[in-house]
Amino acid sequence: MSDDLGLNRLDRWVRATLPVLSIAFLVLVSVTPIPLPILATVAPAFPLMGIYCWVVLRPDLTPLAAVFALGLLQDMLTGFPLGVHALIYLVAHPVLLAQRRFFVRHSFLSFWWGFALLAPSASFLTWVLLSVLRGALFPPFGVLAGLVASILAFPVIAWLLTRLRTALPATSDAYA
Amino acid sequence: MKNSGTIASLALPLKAWAPRFGFILLTLTAFVLMLLSKAETVVLERARGQVVDAVAPVLDVLSRPAATIQGGIDHVNGLFLLHAENTRLRAENEKLLRWQALAQNLQSENATLRAELGYVSDQQPRFITARVVADTGGSFVQSVLINAGTDQNVRRGQAAMSQEGIAGRVANVGARSSRLLLLTDLNSRVPVIVEGTGSRGILAGNNGPRPMLQYLPANTPVSAGDRVVTSGDGGVFPPGLPVGVVSQSGAAGIQVEPIVDYTRMGVVRVLDFGPAGMLPLPEEQALR
Repeated sequence: MSDDLGLNRLDRWVRATLPVLSIAFLVLVSVTPIPLPILATVAPAFPLMGIYCWVVLRPDLTPLAAVFALGLLQDMLTGFPLGVHALIYLVAHPVLLAQRRFFVRHSFLSFWWGFALLAPSASFLTWVLLSVLRGALFPPFGVLAGLVASILAFPVIAWLLTRLRTALPATSDAYA
Repeated sequence: MKNSGTIASLALPLKAWAPRFGFILLTLTAFVLMLLSKAETVVLERARGQVVDAVAPVLDVLSRPAATIQGGIDHVNGLFLLHAENTRLRAENEKLLRWQALAQNLQSENATLRAELGYVSDQQPRFITARVVADTGGSFVQSVLINAGTDQNVRRGQAAMSQEGIAGRVANVGARSSRLLLLTDLNSRVPVIVEGTGSRGILAGNNGPRPMLQYLPANTPVSAGDRVVTSGDGGVFPPGLPVGVVSQSGAAGIQVEPIVDYTRMGVVRVLDFGPAGMLPLPEEQALR
C-alpha cells in the first residue's frame, strides 16, 4: 500500500516536472547545429516559446525560480553574458501571469498573438542588454530575421508542447 | 505550541511577500551575474565550463542526427551532380598535378636554400581534432561548442581551423568541452595580412556574415578577390593560414568573406601552437 503511494508520488512528481524539462530540452535543441544555411543564421527562440506556453497554460508548474534557472542554462550554453536570458524570462514571467487569461480564453490565434507580442519585446530587451554589455550596437537585421522565424515556428512548437498537457497532473485552475 | 501563533502571524505576510521578494532577489542576481560575466570572472567561467561539460554528452547525441541528415543530403546531391562533379574534378586534378610538380621543385629548392642559410623554421603546430556539438547560431553570439577540453590539451586562446581555414579561437574551456568564438563574432579580432600587398590589418567580426578588415595602412591597394591570411602577429594564430577573400572594398570599409562555411562545419582542428597560444583570463594574468 505504502509502495503504491510512493510510486504514485514519484509518478506525480515526474509529470509535474514535464513543463520545465520540456523547456530545458528546447534550450538544448536551440543550440543543436542544424545543417540548413537558413536556420543557422536565423535561430528561432525555441526556449522562449516553451516559457510562453507553459507560463500561460500551467503557471503552477512553471515557477519563477525555474524560469530563471532555465535562462541561466541557456546563457551558459550559448556563450551569452550570464544573466541575460535569465533576466528576460524573469521579466516575462509576471507579465504573462497577468495576461494569461486573455491569451488562452479565445482561440489558438489569441494564443499565437500573445507570443507575437512577447517575442519582439524579448528580442528588443536582449538587443538593448547586449548592446550595453558589449558597448556596441548589434546589427538589427539578424535579430529581425530571428524574430520572424520564431513567430512562424511557434504553432509547431506550441502544438508539440500541448500534446504533453494530458500527461500533466490535474489543476484546479479553470482555464488550464 | 506556544509559538504557533507568533509563527502564523509572521508567516502570513511573509507568504504574501515571498513572490515579490523572490522576483527582486533573482533580478538583482541576474544583474550581478551580467556584470561579473562582463569582467570575465574566473569563478563564473569555470562554472560555465562545468555546466557545459555536464551537458556536452547530451548535445553530442542530439547533434548526431543533424550530422547524419547533412551526410544524407550531401549523398543525394552528390548523386545528382555526379557527372558535372566528375568533369570538374578531372579539370582540377590536371591543374593540381601541374601544381604538384611545381611544388616538388620548389620544395627541393627551398630545402637546399634553407640548408645553405641555416634557416630556423617556424614551430609546426600540432592538432586536436574535435566535433562541433552545438552551434549557438543567431544574431547575438557567433560561437560553437566542441567536444574537447583541457583533458585533450585544449587551452584558452588557441586557434581553431576547419578543413578550409581559420574558423575562430577558443574562448572558454571546460574539462571535456570548449567554446570557439568564430571570426564573425563582434568580439573577434584576428591579425591578418592581405596576400600580395603585404599590408597588415585586423579582421574584426561584426556579427554579420562578412567581417571587416580594419587598421590597414592608408592607401593599401585592396580589391575584391584578394586573399587574406593570418599574419601571426600576437602569437595566437600561426602565420599564413587562410582566413578569407576580400568580397567588397569601398567607402563603407573592406568586407572579407570567410573561407570557412560555418553552416557545414562539423569537425574542427584546434592548433596546439606552443605556449604562445595561451590567452589567460585577465585575473590569471594578474596573478602571474
